[in-house]
Amino acid sequence: MRIFDPHIHMTSRTTDDYERMRAAGVLAVVEPAFWLGQPRTSPASFADYFDGLLGWEPYRAAQFGVVHHCTIALNPKEANDPRLQGVLDLLPRYLAKDRVVAVGEVGYDEITPAEDEALTRQLALAVEHGLPVLVHTPHRDKAAGTRRTIDVVRESGLPPERVLIDHLNEMTVGMVADSGCWMGFSVYPDTKMDVDRMVTILGEHGLDRVLVNSAADWGRSDPLKTRAVGDAMLAAGFSEADVDTVLWANPVAFYGQSGRLDLSSITAEAATSEATTEAATEAATEAATQATTAHVTTAATAAVAAGGDYAGNTVLRGSPA
Amino acid sequence: MTTSNVPEIPPTVLPELNALPELNALPVLPVLTDEGSRWLEAATERVRADAGALTALFPAAGRACGRGPVPGEPGWTVDEAVRVRLLLALPQTGAELGETLFELYAHGDAAERLAVLRSLPALEDGGGLGDAGLPLVRDALRTNDARLVQAAMGPYAAEHLSDHAYRQAVLKCVFIGVPLAAVAGLDRRSDEELARMMADFAEERLLAGREVPPDVWPVLERHPTLLTRIHALIGEER
Repeated sequence: MRIFDPHIHMTSRTTDDYERMRAAGVLAVVEPAFWLGQPRTSPASFADYFDGLLGWEPYRAAQFGVVHHCTIALNPKEANDPRLQGVLDLLPRYLAKDRVVAVGEVGYDEITPAEDEALTRQLALAVEHGLPVLVHTPHRDKAAGTRRTIDVVRESGLPPERVLIDHLNEMTVGMVADSGCWMGFSVYPDTKMDVDRMVTILGEHGLDRVLVNSAADWGRSDPLKTRAVGDAMLAAGFSEADVDTVLWANPVAFYGQSGRLDLSSITAEAATSEATTEAATEAATEAATQATTAHVTTAATAAVAAGGDYAGNTVLRGSPA
Repeated sequence: MTTSNVPEIPPTVLPELNALPELNALPVLPVLTDEGSRWLEAATERVRADAGALTALFPAAGRACGRGPVPGEPGWTVDEAVRVRLLLALPQTGAELGETLFELYAHGDAAERLAVLRSLPALEDGGGLGDAGLPLVRDALRTNDARLVQAAMGPYAAEHLSDHAYRQAVLKCVFIGVPLAAVAGLDRRSDEELARMMADFAEERLLAGREVPPDVWPVLERHPTLLTRIHALIGEER
């Protein structure tokens, strides 16, 4: 099972998570810029955060064979803070970067005039930079906030197929399906959406324009929820091709609209992996040992392909054996 | 304690410190498509007229011109070579040039940062950069990104870093796995104090039963007293 997690905050996660994700089949992630759990006080700390999303974090991910892209925005929670209005002026500079595949997360939190202003300006930036948009829907007053989001997106002139509206649930999925926007679901341990409800929604609404993510961050969350949804889909009678559509093809299609999604290291690795698997099959007597070796070789090859080929690297700290 | 990873006692012949050929530090001519050439030409004109144009043009270089290797120039990619050409078009010198470079570096993604670091020798020759590029070299040496550390340790760093900073940087390379063959100026700048630091590092690793990176030896071998100390330690382990 190959998995693309279209929304996960890896900056808040450990290298153990990267290892477990890669082992579960997560080959690519998109990390949306969001808040840090506590408010920042100046645009300068956003610049440092954006630099991390474009420098250290993709480098860290590459050590584990995970391809990392990001989305850049002033998030809705901090859009209300007058000290941070300068962040909007920083954005054009960061939206020009190679690994930025969307504007996001934007949207509403308290649904205030300041949030309106930030949302409208950032939707205009998306049009200007030819990028799709990742929209966060509010935790409180969710249905009204989502409805208002859809209206503002429509007024912006962005085509709905370039907009992903995230954190949906049973109450909001219908209106987003009707809007023509992509539908995002954040599967959490105990809030937003769970695995079984997710599979039910997939059964009712189909697979078209649906993205499933873990939205894992510094709060209680689980970066393996995407895999759990894949397993639950299979158990519920969906085919492997269905799982691949939701967990791989859909996110690739959505973010691919940026023209900046670079999955070339995964393609290279897939070729190596196939060859390694064949070798393992031939040596039938040592099947179990071979499978383990094949996995390690594949992970190492991916890490090297992604630029993490330094034996003494302080992230990888030697071979993962 | 295991002795399986204790290295063989190295030969006493004086080694060449820079065994690998140095990367071509001069501005490399990228091989471009017609479309890429036109983009670079237009972009160069714009930068020549206004340094501020770089904020949008510098990040776009890879998308406009490609990211493949430059034939005949090992270690150089097209986007890097193109970015160096853009920087050479800057109508600035000295401290002013240094500030522009630091600003671009500070807001750059990893590929942009690598290109700024690798442009320094060319800008020193062509732009009278002097010491003004040192702040961004120091910033790169603060990171744990081995690509940035390696790019920072080119001819410009070899020329401008203080003795103390240079020694610390070389030791950091050994720590994080940047091959010393990629570090410029080692043959000239490697001194007894650096060898002492390497010897202490080797001792620390040996006492912990951990592997000693092979790059330690060529530096140590120029200082027989230090080498004898480590050999004695290896002897005890055996």
